[in-house]
Amino acid sequence: MESDKVEKLLEKYFGATTTVAEEQLLRTYFSQESVATHLEQYAPMFQYVTNAKEERYTKQLVFSPRKKNYKWLSVAAVAALVFGIYFGNDYVDKQRLEQEQAVYAYQETKKALSLLATNLDRGIKKVAYLNEFEQAKQKIYNIK
Amino acid sequence: MHQSEFLNVVMPFKDKLYRLAKRLLVSREEAEDATQEVLLKLWSKNDSIGTYKNVEAFAMTMTKNFCLDRLKSKQAGNLKLVHSNYQEKGSLLDKQIEAKDSINWVQKIIEELPEQQKLVLQLRDVEEYDFDEIGEMLAMQPTAIRVALSRARKTIREKLAQKHSYGIG
Repeated sequence: MESDKVEKLLEKYFGATTTVAEEQLLRTYFSQESVATHLEQYAPMFQYVTNAKEERYTKQLVFSPRKKNYKWLSVAAVAALVFGIYFGNDYVDKQRLEQEQAVYAYQETKKALSLLATNLDRGIKKVAYLNEFEQAKQKIYNIK
Repeated sequence: MHQSEFLNVVMPFKDKLYRLAKRLLVSREEAEDATQEVLLKLWSKNDSIGTYKNVEAFAMTMTKNFCLDRLKSKQAGNLKLVHSNYQEKGSLLDKQIEAKDSINWVQKIIEELPEQQKLVLQLRDVEEYDFDEIGEMLAMQPTAIRVALSRARKTIREKLAQKHSYGIG
């Protein structure tokens, strides 16, 4: 390409009125070795762009549904917590009731046992009379 | 849509997404993350992908928005300071090195452009989209695109000329 044609294209390029094809022409011109000396100053612009096209995204694409999992994990955690509080409360209530019942049963048993004890005491006293009877009987036998 | 089908749709333009992300975010790692993120978003919408008439343009718009959001967030601001992909060149007088240096210089100049000009320049000069496609991606009028593109190209020319006349930046 002649340098005067390049100059015209450059003028259009800086006015942003070049077409994509014309811009490609400019890039090809500036990527070659023999660039007219007075145009050399523009070369880095076009070389830079040519280099910039070469950049690639090299990282592996990962489409793990990680994010979704986390979302559902929180839902599950909340559900578990709610169930825990609901049924946990129930459980604690049941425990308390059981304990109360146990205390009540203990008191009742104690009452019953003390009743038994007093009655037994009375019984023992009565048995003491029997002993008296036995002694009297022995005395009678001894007199004979 | 299955994963393999989706990949077939996405493969032709994933590099373009990456290059656009890198143009805006500068750092390679950030750009890779952004590309991955955009593709994941696209994948999560894969039921409705058939309804978009231009998936590529849609993905480019998504990338643009995602990157601009990243730039706005403080997190990205911190990262921006950490990453610099420039290479310091010594005082080698070899012409080849100098040419390479000039190319790196162009990258620096582009990094200093306003975001809209960066976007337009990237989409036109690197990805070779026509003005209608760019208009669809950036929601801009063709005349506005032309103006932005012309300004971007002229700025690069002027700054390059400055560099050449002063020798160093």
